[in-house]
Amino acid sequence: MKALSLRNLRKTYNNGFEALKGIDLDVGAGDFFALLGPNGAGKSTAIGIISSLVNPTSGTVSVFGHDLQRERTQAKSCIGLVPQEVNFNQFDTVKNILLNQAGYYGTPRKLALQRTEHCLKQMELWDKRDTVSRRLSGGMKRRVMIARAMVHAPKLLILDEPTAGVDIEIRRSMWKMMQQVNQQGTTIILTTHYLEEAESLCRNIAIIDQGQIVENSDMAGLLARLHVDHFVLDLAQPLTAVPVIDGYQLELVADKVLNVAVPKESGLNKLFGELTQRNINVISLKNKTNRLEQLFMDLVETKSAGAKQ
Amino acid sequence: MNHSIAFRTIVVKEIFRFIRIWPQTLLPPAITTALYFLIFGKLIGDRIGTINGASYMDYIVPGVILMSVISHSYANVVSSFYSTKFQHNIEELLVAPVPNWVILAGYVSGGVVRGLLVGFVVGLIARVFDDVAVQNWWITLSVAFLTAALFALAGFINALLAESFDDISIIPNFVLTPLSYLGGVFYSVTMLPAIWQTISIANPILYMINAFRYGFIGVSDIDIQLAYLMTGGFIMVLTLFSLYLLHKGTGIKN
Repeated sequence: MKALSLRNLRKTYNNGFEALKGIDLDVGAGDFFALLGPNGAGKSTAIGIISSLVNPTSGTVSVFGHDLQRERTQAKSCIGLVPQEVNFNQFDTVKNILLNQAGYYGTPRKLALQRTEHCLKQMELWDKRDTVSRRLSGGMKRRVMIARAMVHAPKLLILDEPTAGVDIEIRRSMWKMMQQVNQQGTTIILTTHYLEEAESLCRNIAIIDQGQIVENSDMAGLLARLHVDHFVLDLAQPLTAVPVIDGYQLELVADKVLNVAVPKESGLNKLFGELTQRNINVISLKNKTNRLEQLFMDLVETKSAGAKQ
Repeated sequence: MNHSIAFRTIVVKEIFRFIRIWPQTLLPPAITTALYFLIFGKLIGDRIGTINGASYMDYIVPGVILMSVISHSYANVVSSFYSTKFQHNIEELLVAPVPNWVILAGYVSGGVVRGLLVGFVVGLIARVFDDVAVQNWWITLSVAFLTAALFALAGFINALLAESFDDISIIPNFVLTPLSYLGGVFYSVTMLPAIWQTISIANPILYMINAFRYGFIGVSDIDIQLAYLMTGGFIMVLTLFSLYLLHKGTGIKN
């Protein structure tokens, strides 16, 4: 069963800008799916169309088998949206925000109260239920939006940069919450600029650039395609010249910091052997960039170069 | 899906909104109209005598009440819906499976409730100054309801088309208020020179005020049936136009 199916989805804005150039995309039920892309790639337009905030120029959207145009009510009932920007009534209490949203989805009052309590407890906001929402911190406001999106028990939850601007501690607690929600059977589509977030949470991924899907595969398969890993080595003694080691690309970025490009087939053992032979002691090592970030940059840059040609 | 729950949610939210800010929504019309009744009705009115057989105070009470109904049903919807749009709260409704007609009906109902409530408050104030009596409750209530619905719809369209807060004050200040004053609140159109009588006939508010006055004191400058027809016609046109704008996503969708 597909949670979401997009077919030949196009959007051209009134100013002539072609935000989506006929994209096809499938998201399986129960998936934790990453939709990534640089700014202006078309992610928000795609999400806007799926959540009925933007009218498509052409193409179809199907949510759990319900066509968004023909079976609007059924399709919309399946979706919960956490938008990028805070968009609830900041003069309303947290509890009322959720109760109103449940009401819009036709949830009877008694059930709405139960779900509101459940969602607020799950988001650790129950003690803030009577607080006027504008008094909440940024992280709490984000969690209110997640709780609001879940109050009608959607089968598909769309999270549009849900952790943007929140500190790492809150971000990690939100990751845990999202994983719990997904484990309970809710399909999640996540857009984010934190690629380590997508890498650690999502099982499948699509990358959109210039209105087209440039990559659509499972996360493990995509990461396996990475041929070269980049590491930063902290050295015990300063170096005056960059050592030359066959099969590796080294770059001295400071007198005690060395960048190394390690091809998958070469591995790290040979590198450390060569460094030891040259009396270069390594204190610590870390990934230069997140692996997904590297792939993302490769894909987007390749596409941009192709477009320029 | 049960759309009545969504409808009720919007209406209750709207009613709580204007009740929560009652010093801005219910108190000002009470004070303003008390001054109208005191100055125009009592101090000046006692020297004017009668119009169409009614005392001046009796004559202006229905017009002042309906003027309040018009301005507040309009103001409620235009300010509430534009704020919802401005703060992007409207996305809560657009994402949910709420049909456009439920959104429209919910906001218009909120405006009608506020308009009628303000009308009731102004009616109570009028009772302080005059022994106000209603000759025909059915006409009075139906005209008040239809007028409130018509101007709530107009407010909704204004909010949809508005792109700034300035845009939501232009129509009330430059169209509604002049049309209300020129709609025969304080005078009978028969008192005007012929040319102005003809011009006044083009003012839709004239019909509503006269029909409402007819419900109170049984006096009207125009045909009551024509007033109902005009109000009903305008309601139908504005409803269809509102639904068309919602369907197109004008002002609310990218």
